Amino acid sequence: MTPALIAFYAFAVTTIGGGLMTVVSRNPVHSVLWLILAFLSSAGLFVLLGAEFVAMLLIIVYVGAVAVLFLFVVMMLDVDFAELKAEMARYMPLALLIGVVLLMQLGLAFGVWGFSEGVDTRLAQPISDAENTKQLGMLLYDQYFLIFQLAGLILLVAMIGAIVLTLRHRTDVKRQNVMVQMSRDPAKTMELKDVKPGQGL
Amino acid sequence: MLSQDLNTILPEIILSLFAMGALLGAVYTVKDKSAGLLVWLTSGLFVALAFWIGTTGEGTTTAFSGMFVDDAFSRFTKVAILLAAAAVLVMSQDYMQKRDLLRFEYPLLIALAVVGMMMMVSAGDLMSLYMGLELQSLALYVVASLRRDSVKSTEAGLKYFVLGALSSGLLLYGASLTYGFAGTTSFAGIIEATEGGVSLGLLFGLVFLSAGFAFKVSAAPFHMWTPDVYEGSPTPVTAFFATAPKIAAMALFARVMHDAFGNSIADWQQIVAFLAVISMFLGGIAAIGQTDIKRLMAFSSISHMGFALMGLASGTAFGVQAMLVYLGIYVAMNVGTFAFILSMEKDGRPVTDIGSLNMYSKREPLKALAMLILLFSMAGVPPMLGFFGKFYVLQAAYDAGLAWLAVAGVIASVISAFYYLRIVFYMYFGSDKDDALDANKSPVLWGFLMASAAIMVLGVVNLFGIEPLAEAASLALVN
Repeated sequence: MTPALIAFYAFAVTTIGGGLMTVVSRNPVHSVLWLILAFLSSAGLFVLLGAEFVAMLLIIVYVGAVAVLFLFVVMMLDVDFAELKAEMARYMPLALLIGVVLLMQLGLAFGVWGFSEGVDTRLAQPISDAENTKQLGMLLYDQYFLIFQLAGLILLVAMIGAIVLTLRHRTDVKRQNVMVQMSRDPAKTMELKDVKPGQGL
Repeated sequence: MLSQDLNTILPEIILSLFAMGALLGAVYTVKDKSAGLLVWLTSGLFVALAFWIGTTGEGTTTAFSGMFVDDAFSRFTKVAILLAAAAVLVMSQDYMQKRDLLRFEYPLLIALAVVGMMMMVSAGDLMSLYMGLELQSLALYVVASLRRDSVKSTEAGLKYFVLGALSSGLLLYGASLTYGFAGTTSFAGIIEATEGGVSLGLLFGLVFLSAGFAFKVSAAPFHMWTPDVYEGSPTPVTAFFATAPKIAAMALFARVMHDAFGNSIADWQQIVAFLAVISMFLGGIAAIGQTDIKRLMAFSSISHMGFALMGLASGTAFGVQAMLVYLGIYVAMNVGTFAFILSMEKDGRPVTDIGSLNMYSKREPLKALAMLILLFSMAGVPPMLGFFGKFYVLQAAYDAGLAWLAVAGVIASVISAFYYLRIVFYMYFGSDKDDALDANKSPVLWGFLMASAAIMVLGVVNLFGIEPLAEAASLALVN
């Protein structure tokens, strides 16, 4: 066994184990931590494939941002997971049956798997020995220019949607206006009165 | 190379740039006050682009290494999509204004959804297909829940989103299986890979892809979201759902089936025929019990999609032509019907109960007559245009040797005639109660209703000449 093969099996086993524990662990915070393990191990798999940039992206974006966000959401939301699980247990037999049937069907599909003729001519070929980011850039801004731009439009729609559905302009609340506050003139807003003893104003 | 590619997608670029520019302009100036103007500008741009695409453009051009295809088929469907979207957008202004829903994002989201649809019908690759589909769907999820203070509208948006995400998942799974077998995501590559027959693995991919498309065209048994989403969304949005996205999704379905899986017609023919039969019957039978006209229109659209799928199921160029003609007629009918539904209101509030149409013919004979023509047309009663649409797809199915499918279509059409005629019965012979509808004086809605009814009658002469165009479109797709 070469070191690379050993590393592959180590990462693969931890990825699957992490994924499994994400689903079955009782404590949702533990679930997120297992998820992070799964992400890190799959980053390792990407390194083995020679896709260092994607591996780093996975760690920075998924572990650094998404998983931490999950963690915050899970901690802040007061969700009774035990109750959810009890609800889930009711449907478990049916879900298991459907899952097993699906698994068998997919097994059938996999069992007769075969590539079409001449698949080698159609498969994407490695571009060159250039570094990861350069290769990605050449693909994204050249061959996949169209769908790259479309992805941008989709994100724009998501942003507009979030604003349309949540932003409210309330008129019944007082807002702080910094300029008005700073430009207040003490001479106009304050008046000093000399109150004589024994007399009111 | 790039400049040529950009030139090919110029209509899409213009529409996207317009949407982004208008968004910036509206945000930095008068915000929602510009919504009315933007509605008219957007529909004007839709019509101009439709005219441009319809009159220019020759032959078949591919761009971005086959990801984008500009051919007669895509041009035909793009014109239909743009015109339908423009009509619905103009109709919606009055309604949205009254209910304080007319926000400036609304026309722009519709514009971005239309960009997605144009991408869908021009897709030449599974990846560009998916991107167009998601751009369209995401914009539609947002407009479905535009009335955010209403529980029903929010529910509609959420349901649409969750089920839409599920269907996207199915579609992506099918796409990955297809890629695994063929080694490529481009349609040209897939059809090359299936020349020697289809393996079971690819068949699985085909089934998953079809399931995803069936969700998007709301064909039974993947129709569950349709009634709830149609009922919950604001009525103009429902009108939009029932028109442009249906054309786009059906055209996408046809393109993938013929462009990518054209060598294995026998394999997908039975899937599509099954979807068609189930949709026609379910749409016809489930609509009988409905009292809400929006839910009724949802089931009606399911059954109409069944008929359109019948054209696709025949697997011939004539079948695709019949499908395109059917979709064109369907959209023209739906625009008129929704113009009528949008004008249904009482005390300034929208009414969707069928019972409110009792004896409508006495109060507004002209509008009742127009609605009668439209309903007859939807039911497929002979002198109206709807009959010719149904006749076309039945003929296509019969010619392709699917006589049983044609017979099933006739039976389903008779069943669904019941609920259309029930509305006619209410309007002309119902009991006269005093919960009468207000007289809606909107000239735009009136105009669309009358124009649509007139098309249903006058179109029988030569179908306004869309036959040769649809034929050219279908020949571009099937060869």
